[in-house]
Amino acid sequence: MILLETAGLTKVYGRAHGEVRALDGVSLAVGQGSFTVVTGGSGSGKTTLLLALGGLIRPTEGQVRHNGRDLYGLPERELAGYRNRSVGFVLQTFNLVPYLTAAENVMIPMLLNGHRPGGRRRKADALLDRLGMADRRDFLPRELSVGQQQRVAIARALANDPGIILADEPTGSLDRALAADILGVLSELHRKDGRTIVMVTHSNEAAACGDRRHRLAGGVLS
Amino acid sequence: MLRKTRMISGLLVIVLGIGAVVGILTVTRASNRAVSAQLDALGANILVLPQGASVSDYYAADIDSPVFPESYATRVVTSMIPGVDNTSPKLSRRMTVGGVAVVLTGIVPASEAAAKPMWQRSVLTGADLPAGCAPVPAAADGKSGCPPAKPERMRIENLGRTEALVGAAAARRLRAREGGSVVIAGKTFSVSRVLPETGTVDDGRIFIHLRSAQELLGAGRVVSAIEIMGCCSAISEGLLGKLRNILPDTRIVTINHIVSAQVGTNRLMARVSVVLALIILVVGSLSMANVMWANVEERKKELGTLITVGFGRRDIYLLLFSRAAALGLVGGVLGYLLGTATAMLAGPWIADLRVVPVAAFLALSVGLAVGISVLGCWLPARGAARLEPAAMMQDP
Repeated sequence: MILLETAGLTKVYGRAHGEVRALDGVSLAVGQGSFTVVTGGSGSGKTTLLLALGGLIRPTEGQVRHNGRDLYGLPERELAGYRNRSVGFVLQTFNLVPYLTAAENVMIPMLLNGHRPGGRRRKADALLDRLGMADRRDFLPRELSVGQQQRVAIARALANDPGIILADEPTGSLDRALAADILGVLSELHRKDGRTIVMVTHSNEAAACGDRRHRLAGGVLS
Repeated sequence: MLRKTRMISGLLVIVLGIGAVVGILTVTRASNRAVSAQLDALGANILVLPQGASVSDYYAADIDSPVFPESYATRVVTSMIPGVDNTSPKLSRRMTVGGVAVVLTGIVPASEAAAKPMWQRSVLTGADLPAGCAPVPAAADGKSGCPPAKPERMRIENLGRTEALVGAAAARRLRAREGGSVVIAGKTFSVSRVLPETGTVDDGRIFIHLRSAQELLGAGRVVSAIEIMGCCSAISEGLLGKLRNILPDTRIVTINHIVSAQVGTNRLMARVSVVLALIILVVGSLSMANVMWANVEERKKELGTLITVGFGRRDIYLLLFSRAAALGLVGGVLGYLLGTATAMLAGPWIADLRVVPVAAFLALSVGLAVGISVLGCWLPARGAARLEPAAMMQDP
C-alpha cells in the first residue's frame, strides 16, 4: 500500500545568479512499512525531496500525496498538523533547542497535541528510556555527545507516534561506530514498530539499511 | 550575552519612554488637582487691586500691593450691581511675629467667612465639631438649652478685635493653639481658631479684624484688595465692566485670568505627553523591532525546528508576540514605577506640587508598552513565519 508518493515533483529555486532546478519531475512511491533510502551527492536535491515529503517546501510543479491526499492542497493548519502527527524528522544537525533539556526537547511536538504536562513528561521519559537516554533526560544538548544528541532528536521525532520517519543524513555528523548505532535504532523502529522510514544519505553504508533504494542526481531520480 | 544585552537595551528604551510619559501625566494630574483645590479654597472669583499691583500669584496679590480706600468696598456694596454676591475687603502685610515670618491680613469677619468655602466646609463638617443640638449643662446664670447653630462659623463671623484666626502652617511655626495667644506688634491676640490646611498661601497667614490690622499697621481706613464673589453668568454679562465703571483707578481681574496660565501649562504638558507618547511609540517600536529581528535571526534554526515539528504560522506569531508582550509587560510596570517615582520626587521640587501615584496610569503604561512591543515585533514575526524551512535549519 502506497503511503507517501510524489508525482512529477519539481522544485525550482530562484537565486541571484539564476534559477536552480533542485528537483526535476521526481516520481517516488513509498510503501507503508518500507525503509526507503535515497542516495546522492551534495547538491543532488536529497534534502529538498525530504522537505517536500515532510510538508515543508511547496513544490514548483507536481504533487506530494499522503494516503492519496495532495499535501500542498491542504490548508496551512492541516499541513502543520501533518508535520506534527504523521511525520517525524531526524536531521543531520539534530536541531535541538539549546536551552531546553533532553526531555523538554522531546516534549516540544507534544505542546501542540493537547497532552497534559504530566503526560508529556511521562511520554518523553519513556521515549528517552527506550533510546538508552534515561540517565540524560535532564541534560542540556551541550552536555550530551553527538550520538546522544541524535538519540534525543530521534526521541523527539517519535513524540507524537508518527507513522513516517524522515531522516536527512542522520549519520552525517557521526563517526562510524555512532553512525552504526543510530542506523541500528532506525532499523529497529522499522522492524519492530513497522514505521515507514525515508532516509536520504550520501553514505553507501547507511543506504544498505534500506529495503528500497533510489538514486538522485541533478534533481532526477533513478 | 549579546542577546541579553540587546534585550536589556530594548527594554530600557521602553522603560525610559513610558517613565517619561507617566511622569509628565502624573505631574499634570497633580497640577490640575492643585488648581481645582485652589479654586475651591478661594471661593471669591473677582479680585479688585490697586493699580500697579502684581497679579502673578492670585493668592499673594494682596500682600505687597499698594492700598486704596476702604470706601471702595462700600461703593461696591451700595452700587447694587447685579451678580455681586459677597464683598470681602482685606489689608495684608508681611511681618514677623514671635520671630516667625507671617502675613498679617485684616478681614471683615462675616464677609471673609462667606468668601472662604473651604474654611466653612472644613470647619462646619469637620470631625471635631459637635453634631446637632445637644442639651448643654446649666450655665452659671441658670439658663440652659442648645448652643448656637453653626457655632464654628459664628466663631469666625464674630471674630473680636483682639482675636485671631491662625493659618495651619503659621500655627505650627508659632506653636499657636486654639485658646492660646499670639503677640502681634506688641498687642496680644487670643487664638480663636487654627484654620484647616488649604494648601495655599493662606496657611501662612494670621487673620485679624480689619480695624485691628489698620490700627496695628497705622494705615488708616485703607485696604490692599477686595475679593468679590461674582455670579458666573453675571461675569460673562459684563460685571467686570460695571465694576470698573465705579472703581476706575483699580485693577480688576478674575480668577480665570490668573489661573489660565497654570491651566495653559497643564494643557501644554498634557499635549507634550501625547507627543512624547507618539515619539516613544515610534522609537520603542523600532527598538523592539530591532531586538526581535536580531532574535529571529539568531533563532532561525530553533524556529525552523518548531516549524518542522508542526508549528504553523499562527503558532510562530503567537510565540514571538507572547515574548514581546512579556517584555512589554515588564517594561510597562518598570516604566510606571520609574515615572511615578520621578514625578513624586521632582513634583515638589519643580512645581511645588504634592504628587501622589495614579494607579490608573499603570494600566495605561502596560497597555502602551505591550502595544509598542507587539507592534515592533509584527514585522520580524511575519518574516519568521515566512522563512524558508531549508534556510531556517542551517546553523546561524
